[in-house]
Amino acid sequence: MAIELNKEEPVIVTQTIDHPRQSVISNFFSVFLENKAAVVGGLIILFYIFIAIFAPFLAPYHPHEINLENKLVPPSMDHWMGTDDKGRDILSRILYGSRLSMGVGFAAVIFGAFFGITLGLIAGYYGKWVDSIIMRCMDVLLAFPGILLALAIVSALGPSLINVTIAVGAFSVPLFARIVRGSTLEVKQLEYIDAIRTLGANDGTIIFKHILPNILSPIIVQGTLRVATAILSAAGLSFLGLGAQPPSSEWGTMLSSGRDFLFTAPYIAIFPGLAIALLVLGFNIFGDGLRDAFDPRMKK
Amino acid sequence: MTELNEILLEVKDLKTHFHTKHGVSKAVDGIDFTLRKGETLGIVGESGCGKSITSLSILRLIPSPPGKIAGGQILYKGRDLVTLPDNEMRKIRGNDISMIFQEPMTSLNPVIPVGEQIAEAIRLHQKMSKKEARLKAVDMLKLVGIPSPEKRAKQEPFQLSGGMRQRVMIAMALSCNPEVLIADEPTTALDVTIQAQILELIKELQARLGMGVMMITHDLGVVAETCDTVAVMYAGNIVEHASTQNLFDDPKHPYTRGLLASLPKIDEDRDELYTIEGSVPSAYNMPVGCRFASRCEFAQAVCLEKKPDLIEQSDGTKVRCWMYSDEWAGAKPTEEVFN
Amino acid sequence: MLMFILRRLVQTIPVIFGVTIVVFIIMQLVPGDPAVLLAGEGATKETIEALRVQLGLHQPLYAQYIDYVTNIFRGDLGTSLKNNQPVLDEILIRLPITLELAIISTFITVVLGMAAGIISAVKPYSIIDTVVMILALLGISLPSFWFGLMLMYGFSVKLQIFPVAGWDSMAHIVLPAFTLGAGGAAIVARMTRSSMLEVIRQDYIRTARAKGVKERVIIYKHALRNALIPVITVVGLQFGALLGGTVLVESIFAINGLGRMIVDSIRMRDLPMVQGGVLVASLVFVVVNLLVDILYRFFNKRIELN
Repeated sequence: MAIELNKEEPVIVTQTIDHPRQSVISNFFSVFLENKAAVVGGLIILFYIFIAIFAPFLAPYHPHEINLENKLVPPSMDHWMGTDDKGRDILSRILYGSRLSMGVGFAAVIFGAFFGITLGLIAGYYGKWVDSIIMRCMDVLLAFPGILLALAIVSALGPSLINVTIAVGAFSVPLFARIVRGSTLEVKQLEYIDAIRTLGANDGTIIFKHILPNILSPIIVQGTLRVATAILSAAGLSFLGLGAQPPSSEWGTMLSSGRDFLFTAPYIAIFPGLAIALLVLGFNIFGDGLRDAFDPRMKK
Repeated sequence: MTELNEILLEVKDLKTHFHTKHGVSKAVDGIDFTLRKGETLGIVGESGCGKSITSLSILRLIPSPPGKIAGGQILYKGRDLVTLPDNEMRKIRGNDISMIFQEPMTSLNPVIPVGEQIAEAIRLHQKMSKKEARLKAVDMLKLVGIPSPEKRAKQEPFQLSGGMRQRVMIAMALSCNPEVLIADEPTTALDVTIQAQILELIKELQARLGMGVMMITHDLGVVAETCDTVAVMYAGNIVEHASTQNLFDDPKHPYTRGLLASLPKIDEDRDELYTIEGSVPSAYNMPVGCRFASRCEFAQAVCLEKKPDLIEQSDGTKVRCWMYSDEWAGAKPTEEVFN
Repeated sequence: MLMFILRRLVQTIPVIFGVTIVVFIIMQLVPGDPAVLLAGEGATKETIEALRVQLGLHQPLYAQYIDYVTNIFRGDLGTSLKNNQPVLDEILIRLPITLELAIISTFITVVLGMAAGIISAVKPYSIIDTVVMILALLGISLPSFWFGLMLMYGFSVKLQIFPVAGWDSMAHIVLPAFTLGAGGAAIVARMTRSSMLEVIRQDYIRTARAKGVKERVIIYKHALRNALIPVITVVGLQFGALLGGTVLVESIFAINGLGRMIVDSIRMRDLPMVQGGVLVASLVFVVVNLLVDILYRFFNKRIELN
């Protein structure tokens, strides 16, 4: 972008003459592809999706197959990541576990995004007391530190992966609501929204056809970064024994059972953790890249 | 005291380029001028013509990368600033040559009291205790006409108005008695009434302290009021360099004429002001010929083929235009064309 | 400023009530009749009915809530279902441990995060910057519970520098505090860096250069003070994440704090304890947020009034 020296002197005033503004989408891709880290992030995510889909073909063993004669085998040619205390192949369990961990991450964010976006749109569009009430409720949800809200919800609903999904999703509702509300307020002020209204468009049309498409980029960025957090939170809850239950191959659960063998067979805990870390890293750098690509101003 | 017409600053063929992913932008592309003691030199042009880059280049404040002084010399009392080591350059900044910027609202550090910001400049260049510097800062605030300076010195920028902040900037710039003051659009961001006061202040202080002043502006009104000589810049070049008198009485370059014609005149009643058609060529891709040719209504073949040099005319004005050369065919346009 | 503090205090009251409402509602989500659960198997109808009256469960929901809040104000958070001790007593034993852990971790977050961010920003796009930013990315991506286990494996099991678990000496604090603070430090580092880079582009930094100020002084005197103001807010938010994180870290390192108490109570279906623990942790967070807001306002007053 142009060098900003001071307001009076944009050096590249006439840049647009021989560098005609590319379409928003191709501009997006050119910025995005230039960001090598973001491309790496995207590839990591695709890699995991591939694993999740083809787990049955990739896994050398059945994830739940107990083989007590073969328990606590360190990583070897037969078992690349070793076997756990019940002789199950850790690699196979991790491959299958990608379905659970990623599924929970996506489902929780979609759940949270749905309610958060709806509330944020309503608050931002209607304003006044509607806005105040919704946003004060969101403030209350944000007053719970970290995963404690999710923890409380799971404690009431009972431990299960579905309840973890709901709980982690609920935790991201206020974050989406805030972002969507802010963007809605900005877009609402644009003149063309007024023009459409005077033409007789109803609120539903304005919100879904004109406002929502305009605020998608912050939603997508936030969504991507939230998936990272959701995977971490869900794995954390499972680690505490509040999510997926043994013998599930959910990564947090695997880690939790590996804890007891930390001294003797650390690989049981190491590999599921690495699996989580790499996936979360993928979403984080992908999200960072999306943000830069959507908002070139934030770059550098 | 040195003689009044001593040359302070001599800029020779200065080139400042910006290297970006779109290519090289030649923001300043070979300019020359001199500044003498007690003189006020105006540098005029539209935004983007390179006038601010010129002033920032002199103090070597071009953000680098992407900016770089690609060639030429900036001689301050005979020393070339372009090749000076950084620590030597720092001794020049704020001491021999100081600068005031166009944005008084954002040019002062928001979390440091203004008196301390002035005192910092003083202590950088003069051997003074903190206390002495603080007292000197208050004196400087008094000098630039800030009422109750003791109280103001302890305040932070947000407690001061825009005009007041620009006075603080001036006080800071003058605190070490610089030989050269560069004022980059010092009044652009201010209210009209305050503008006149600030210009008056700069003029008065110049008369008292005998500095050379470089006045960077897009406002010909400011030029008429303050400058002795004027350099008109267009697309990184100086296109006309004249005494203020000559510039207003007998403008030569079609661009200068256009600028003057686009000023509203009090004694005339016109519905429309003159505007120069077209736009400035891209700094990445300058035409080989005269840079103004595409917008010039007198342009001939030669203008598109070769770039004219800056040639001195009989009245001392220098102008970069084929119209004033022997190669020009046909009649030279007269003043009337523009009116 | 005083008006701001007062206004902010008043705004906090509905949030506190909101928190109690949410905790109350969540506990209503518990499937089944609490009286039946509490009475245990084979209890007679009469016993269950008596228990229901004793717990106030025969009243309408709003009345139950009013009872609940009134009791909170009396300092009565209910009694543990496991040992019949008042919940508050247990919390008051555990809370100081968790606060100690949280404060030390916050200190690590702030010092480590800001230092890393500044080092990065001073030489942007250099090798040091790249390394620090990659570490920061790892910091926000590593699961804290895994990171904690790995630290434990490395430093306690293999190198035997720090004790494995417990909370008796300074040596016990190091690993859990670092586990808990590392993620926050990564976020603070990223924030500090971008804030510094933003500030360095400001006009007043150019003014300082034009005065002849040295680059070092520009960074530490002119840029840093301005750049750290927005970081304050991040630190405040991070404290919340950190408080939530104690749940995991205390479980890993067997620290008898509030977080572990909550987890153990969930396992034992001791709902009053869970309820009380979550409530107190949230109130701590609300108070910290209030302090951070006031602090931010104090440092930011000049910028806001501009």
